[in-house]
Amino acid sequence: MKIRAQVAMVLNLDKCIGCHTCSVTCKNVWTSRKGMEYVWFNNVESKPGIGYPKDWENQERWKGGWERRANGKLVPKQGGRFAVLTKIFANPHLPEIDDYYEPFTFDYENLWSAPELPTAPVARPISLVSGRTMDKVVWGPNWEEILGGEFDKRSKDYNFEAVQKDIYGQFENTFMMYLPRLCEHCLNPTCVASCPSGSIYKREEDGIVLVDQDKCRGWRMCVSGCPYKKVYYNWVSGKAEKCTFCYPRIEAGMPTVCSETCVGRIRYLGVLLYDADRIAGAAGTEDPKDLYEAQLGVFLDPFDPDIQRQALEDGVPQAWIEAAQKSPTYKMAVDWRIAFPLHPEYRTLPMVWYVPPLSPITAHANAGAIESNTHGLPDVASLRIPVRYLANLLTAGSEPPIVRALERMMAMRAWFRAGQLGAPQDPALLSSVGLDEATARDMHRYLAIANIEDRYVIPTAHRETADNAYQIRGGCGFTFGNGCDGIDAEAGLFGGKMGRRKIIPIRKLDDHA
Amino acid sequence: MTLPPTANEILFGIYPYICLSVLLLGSLVRFDREPYSWKSDSSQILRTAELRWGSNLFHAGVIIVVLGHFFGFLIPEGVITWAMSPVQHQWLAMVVGGISGLIAIIGLSILIHRRLYYRRIRGNSRKWDIAIVLMLWLQLALGLATVPISAQHMATGDFARLVGYVQRIVYFQGGAAPILEGLPWVYKAHILLGFTIFLVSPFTRMVHIWSGVGSLAYLVRPYQLVRRRGGTVNR
Repeated sequence: MKIRAQVAMVLNLDKCIGCHTCSVTCKNVWTSRKGMEYVWFNNVESKPGIGYPKDWENQERWKGGWERRANGKLVPKQGGRFAVLTKIFANPHLPEIDDYYEPFTFDYENLWSAPELPTAPVARPISLVSGRTMDKVVWGPNWEEILGGEFDKRSKDYNFEAVQKDIYGQFENTFMMYLPRLCEHCLNPTCVASCPSGSIYKREEDGIVLVDQDKCRGWRMCVSGCPYKKVYYNWVSGKAEKCTFCYPRIEAGMPTVCSETCVGRIRYLGVLLYDADRIAGAAGTEDPKDLYEAQLGVFLDPFDPDIQRQALEDGVPQAWIEAAQKSPTYKMAVDWRIAFPLHPEYRTLPMVWYVPPLSPITAHANAGAIESNTHGLPDVASLRIPVRYLANLLTAGSEPPIVRALERMMAMRAWFRAGQLGAPQDPALLSSVGLDEATARDMHRYLAIANIEDRYVIPTAHRETADNAYQIRGGCGFTFGNGCDGIDAEAGLFGGKMGRRKIIPIRKLDDHA
Repeated sequence: MTLPPTANEILFGIYPYICLSVLLLGSLVRFDREPYSWKSDSSQILRTAELRWGSNLFHAGVIIVVLGHFFGFLIPEGVITWAMSPVQHQWLAMVVGGISGLIAIIGLSILIHRRLYYRRIRGNSRKWDIAIVLMLWLQLALGLATVPISAQHMATGDFARLVGYVQRIVYFQGGAAPILEGLPWVYKAHILLGFTIFLVSPFTRMVHIWSGVGSLAYLVRPYQLVRRRGGTVNR
């Protein structure tokens, strides 16, 4: 056994209102730079939809994640080590920028500099890649917002597998949910495994997966290796960049920017202890439907004295063990079993988990066509979002864990609703879904009240493992140079200040002819 | 073509050492002082289409060409003569070099077209990105031009003189430049441009070649990397 700790995230999709505050604050902090215009470390997708980049969940096309060979060995789906090296000249599985979207701005200047015209002046879109005006913006971030576009196109969504999807195109039967996505900071990351220069690594102290910018050579195998398409290529700097889990904030005990600014209070951050020696076995589980349970088997009980002793021995600080005991993510994922990994079938053992959303009762059920159970809980089959759809998203298609989670959330709601209305609270309502009163109260406190001190239990990094602050004083932060090396000239010795490709200036309208 | 002995000595006796020194020192300094600038500088994300043929053909061809030069010129003369006759050696070089050079120049032509023709790529290219591909194309063309000339001079010993020249340079034996006197200009131009490419490499994206060799370490590396601050731990 080798115990390590990770700061894991849970997102309660039941409360996500799709406001994109997480995406916008993240973008302002991390990706508001050249070459990163098209990049959203955090984005919110409307489901059903093909997402960002287009069709990212279709691994037959993009070859992300791991493949379990017949002999039980795991190999990146894009190929073993030799195959990866042969692909560095032209990566056949790399999305093009148009698969995300061509980044653009608008010719705002025209709005006030245009001569007097019979019609109002317009601000035409200008590509940030070519510098040219664009005839038409054909795709953008969050293009499918709130079921934008035809059902025909959105229904290419991979999660419709084994779902009779045609009826969901009809207005009366339609459903939707939001899916905020960020790097999963996996236990078994394929991006790390795919990097020929060994520049991507997982941090032992807190599990955050980072790209060493000085070691990245721009081979781009991580971009195709990641099944979530959450490693991006900065086309100006020529380096891979990804969600940093706001590690400077986490080290200081602060929540990530996306979590802190979430107005719906749907995000939770807490420590999970895991056994590093069990990772390979869990990721190699034969039946993908068992992967969810297998990953639960990697997590360790922070209340077990043997685990605590071993954790201390393996270098996990006492404060982190105590944080693990108070961890909201441990409660939701392990204790209550209401949070699930996103697409466990990719075998990367992701560490950003999701509480599935409840949804309104269908009109069909409202009319009495579907029975409720003896305790008055509606059948989960009567919810608008098909259980199979959620199962395809969160448990590789295994429905019972999703049904149990939805029932627990419904029971908790029904119990508290009865209490608030002064109606009798039937204990059998809770026990029928495997809950007791104390647990229901806890769930209510964490899910409904969601106070900040319950949502974020983040122990600070230890001073002795921190960087020497004296050495990094006066640093220049995330720049296109080596910090403050002073190479500022257009043509520095080594190709100008780093990443200094000629950036196309935004120019006034030019003709397409 | 003959040059005055002094010019000949400067161009083919001294200039190569300047170029090799700059290549080594420049690469070391850049790797150490400007690691963030060290990259392959791929533009694939902006346009993939031509890379499948262009980049794969070019790289496959040029790797064989470079390895061919490496083994053909640097294996000590004694070993070569033990393995084959000079004429056989020349045939081998012409056939392997000719075919792989042809593959490389076809690929590079596709890449140059891609870089110059598509606005997305051209507009985001540095001057050096364009200059270096043109230099490489010219160098491949010169290299290919030596094949028919070489074929006309099968038994004249020109080829052995070229091998001798490179070995004298690389093994610090001195007296290298005079060997080249009287050789066809195509050979000399190929040599000069070759050393010039070495000279400019540390200042261009060519440094990714070092990393390409370094990436072979990936073949024996564990898949997962875990770092503790202040050290690397593998699992």
